[in-house]
Amino acid sequence: MSSRSAILDSLRQNVPPAAPLPAPIDGIRFTDPIKQFEETLTIAGGTLVRATAQQDLASELAKLNLYASAAKVASLVPGIPSRNVDLNAIEDPHDLEGIDVAIIPGKFGVAENAAVWIPGETLTPHRAIFVIVQHLILVVPAGQIVDNLHQAYERIQWSPNSFGIFISGPSKTADIEQSLVIGAHGARSCTVILL
Amino acid sequence: MTGHAEKSAAFAANEDRAHWHDQSLWFVRSKRDRQASGIPEWEALREAASAIKTHTLSRLADYLEEFERNAIANGIQVHWARDAAEHNAIVHQILASHGVTHLVKSKSMLTEECHLNPYLEARGIEVTDTDLGERIVQLRKEPPSHIVMPAIHLKREEIGELFHIELGTEKGASDPKYLTEAARGHLRGKFMGAQAGLTGVNFAVAETGGIVVCTNEGNADMGASLPRLHIACMGIEKLIPRAAHLSVFLRLLARSGTGQPITGYTSHFNGPVRGGEMHVVIVDNGRSRILGQEAFRRSLGCIRCGACMNTCPVYRRSGGYSYGYTVPGPIGSILAPQRDPQKYASLPFASSLCGSCTDVCPVKIDLHHQLLAFRKVLVDLKAVPLQKRLCMAVMGFVLSRPSLYRMGGGLMRAIVPRLPRSLVYGPWNPWGIQREIPLMPPQSFRDLIRKEPS
Repeated sequence: MSSRSAILDSLRQNVPPAAPLPAPIDGIRFTDPIKQFEETLTIAGGTLVRATAQQDLASELAKLNLYASAAKVASLVPGIPSRNVDLNAIEDPHDLEGIDVAIIPGKFGVAENAAVWIPGETLTPHRAIFVIVQHLILVVPAGQIVDNLHQAYERIQWSPNSFGIFISGPSKTADIEQSLVIGAHGARSCTVILL
Repeated sequence: MTGHAEKSAAFAANEDRAHWHDQSLWFVRSKRDRQASGIPEWEALREAASAIKTHTLSRLADYLEEFERNAIANGIQVHWARDAAEHNAIVHQILASHGVTHLVKSKSMLTEECHLNPYLEARGIEVTDTDLGERIVQLRKEPPSHIVMPAIHLKREEIGELFHIELGTEKGASDPKYLTEAARGHLRGKFMGAQAGLTGVNFAVAETGGIVVCTNEGNADMGASLPRLHIACMGIEKLIPRAAHLSVFLRLLARSGTGQPITGYTSHFNGPVRGGEMHVVIVDNGRSRILGQEAFRRSLGCIRCGACMNTCPVYRRSGGYSYGYTVPGPIGSILAPQRDPQKYASLPFASSLCGSCTDVCPVKIDLHHQLLAFRKVLVDLKAVPLQKRLCMAVMGFVLSRPSLYRMGGGLMRAIVPRLPRSLVYGPWNPWGIQREIPLMPPQSFRDLIRKEPS
């Protein structure tokens, strides 16, 4: 007998009594979801930038020192050019090493945990881009901040053979004496621009 | 054989360190409390999580088949392993067929349970654990002492000394920021050189045929998205029916474990990286047998958040190594004796049954009830020392006979105060090793009540 059948048979022999699925949860709501998002992002080690009325991403980026001073910038946001990087010319994702900043569009943000949803297709051609770069700039439409994770999952469309990620702040660790250090393996900083 | 009590005694002998360990974990427990109290629907979330797990376990075979179907449609190759040996052989076969000489791993308690690292190393594959805490204990040739914070038992000076020897950091340097930066550089080199990445699985979703991995460091993403080969290893109990259920578990997981609203990276892998391969290894290793035991099957709902360890007064004061099993603390004390009741017989007794673990468990596992129930199983198996079994038999005999109990009480009150100390305290009285027996009262409570005017 294959291991597959052995496991499935054993599970069916040991099956517990039927139990129903629970009703969906009505999650927490905030009077000012953007303010909540900002506070939570700050605690997670990230920074929120609220774009000015002109909604001009290029000028918001220019104000960011880490963007202005970066040697290599990979942009996945239409209309914002990359700098000294041609993502489509890179075959092997290991060659992404050395990129200073990635600018990535987020689909929406979640107020309760400062997570930004990035569908995998956004990251084409290399899904490793969000974790290998030194600094991360996420661009999220200001009208797309939901209160809680239940609302977030209602919005996600799943397609076969796909990837998707919630990013909440920069890479971090507290594995040495519970003391928080930003910049473990992934991005050393995470700036979210609300546009 | 040394049990939990003997190993704890060694840990507790260093009083300052034991106190420091206790405080470190209590700090995490307090962060968990702040997060939980900030969510008005917290209890409803726990109820929902528990119900989803109970439902899933009642149809686990069906959901596993649905998961497999959808995973294959995603281009994922699915493998089934009955036990640890088969799991290790499958992983090795995948790596060998791709000529992998260097594997990077993110946290996976399942591969710890299966002792995968030594198996692969014996076959010439270099294995690097990439979670910072796991890398620290790997360099020290130790297992993790906690499932979420693997190096919680170590002080920064010890890690500084280790990194000085292993990574060439400055002698005496112990600043966590400096040490983390050194590890980042060291491990980035490992990521660049690895031909395959192995991750654990926090949740597998039947509906999508994909898996979800949570990390704060981003190490799972480096390992799963840089090399062309990604292997994910999961116990059969990691399954949930639908993607929408992720919201319930992800809201609970990091809040319960580390006191964060969510981990930094929550990655949904529904297929291989472009031009690459993804394999999922589904492992039973005794889990389906636990499913058949009514008193213990709820332990399969565990999402490995570590909250029961952080809150446990015994874990905090005895350290992860005192349990001698991959998963320590209250949940480990139920899982370990399932695997080997004789070897781990002391673990269900490593609890005051205070119930704090049950109170914080995000999926409402009745941990302290199971610990108590397991004691009975162990006594029936005669896995408990004879002295303890005899005491219990005598206690049971006396307590079920009120007149004998009254007579015994009277005798004790009369005799014990007259006995020399050397007769009362000794190896035959383990209760008295660190405690004084209370003074015998001149009369029993019953006598007192009788004399009270009604």
